[in-house]
Amino acid sequence: MEVGQMQRRLVDYTKSLFMEGFLDGQFLQLQQLQDESNPDFVVEVVSLFFDDSEKLLNDLTMALDQPNVDFKKVDAHVHQLKGSSSSIGAQRVKNACIAFRNFCEEQNIEACLRCLQQVKQEYYLVKNKLETLFRLEQQIVAAGGSIPLMEMGL
Amino acid sequence: MGMATEAQFHVLAVDDSLIDRKLIERLLKTSSYHVTAVDSGSKALEFLGLNGSHEDGQRNPSPASVSLDEDQHQQDVEVNLIITDYCMPGMTGYDLLRRIKGSSSFKDIPVVIMSSENIPSRINRCLEDGAEEFFLKPVQLSDVNKLRPHLMKGRSKEMQQNISKRKGMEEILTPDRTRTRYNELEVV
Repeated sequence: MEVGQMQRRLVDYTKSLFMEGFLDGQFLQLQQLQDESNPDFVVEVVSLFFDDSEKLLNDLTMALDQPNVDFKKVDAHVHQLKGSSSSIGAQRVKNACIAFRNFCEEQNIEACLRCLQQVKQEYYLVKNKLETLFRLEQQIVAAGGSIPLMEMGL
Repeated sequence: MGMATEAQFHVLAVDDSLIDRKLIERLLKTSSYHVTAVDSGSKALEFLGLNGSHEDGQRNPSPASVSLDEDQHQQDVEVNLIITDYCMPGMTGYDLLRRIKGSSSFKDIPVVIMSSENIPSRINRCLEDGAEEFFLKPVQLSDVNKLRPHLMKGRSKEMQQNISKRKGMEEILTPDRTRTRYNELEVV
C-alpha cells in the first residue's frame, strides 16, 4: 500500500471513531499539541491513560467485591476515571463513568456492578481502537509519510 | 513599548492527576511559559517557600525574586501565576487559594482554579475569594490564552512600583525637575 492510500485509510478510520462517539474534540486538542519538539505527545498521554485506567478498573472491581461496599471510595475511583477519559477525549468511557457515579450516589450495588461492566467494555473498545490508530500512524511514518492532521470540521 | 526583553513568565501548576499535569504542562509550554508542575497543594506551598502554618522562606533568594513590599521573608523563586485543580486529596485547590491570598508575600500572585465539575456555588466561591479565573476541564488552549492579561497586569504592576519608587527618590534629590524626569521615564 502506498503512502497516500495509508493516509486516506487513517483519516477514514479516525473519522469513524468520531462518528461512533469513541472520541470527541478533546482528542483533536491533544493532536494539536503534538509537534516536532513533542512528536510522541499523544501516544505518551494515551499510554498514561491506559495504565491509569487499568489500575482504576482493578481497584473498582475489588471495591465492589467487598461485603460492605465503600461507595465513597468507589465514587472517588470513578471520578478519577471520568476525569482522565475526559482529558484524552474518550467520550464513551467518560459517559459510562457519569452514569456510574449516579448509581454510586444512590448506593445501588447491582446497578454499580452493571456500570462497571459497561465501563470496562467501553474502555477495552477504545483501547483497541486507539492502538489500531497508532499502528496506522506508525505504518505511514515508517513508509516515509507524514500524519495528516484532522480538521475540526471533520 | 520601551521595555527591555522580559524573562519568561513562570507558572506553577498543581494537579494530583498525572495525565492532567502532563496536559497542562504542554498547554502552558506551547504558550511559551516556563512551567513547574507539582502534584499537591502542600508541595506547591513548599515550592513557594511557605511551610507549615507560619510563613518562612529560605535565607538566600536571588535579587530578582525579592518581592517589593517584603518585610518578613522573600519568595524562593519567582512565580507569576498559579493554576490549580480544585479536587485534590488533602489540600483542595480552594484551600491553596486561601493560603496564597492570606500570605503577605504571595497574595498578589494570580491564582486560577480548574475543575471537571460545573458547580456554580463552587465557582462563585473561588472567584469571590480571589481566584482570577475558573476553567472547566478539560482545559483548552483558548483557556490558557486567557492567562496572559493576568500575567501582564502583574508585570506592569511590578514596573509601576519600580517607577514610583524611582520617582519618590527623585523628589528628594531634585524637587524642581520631578515632572520632567517622570515624563522621560514614562513607558508607553
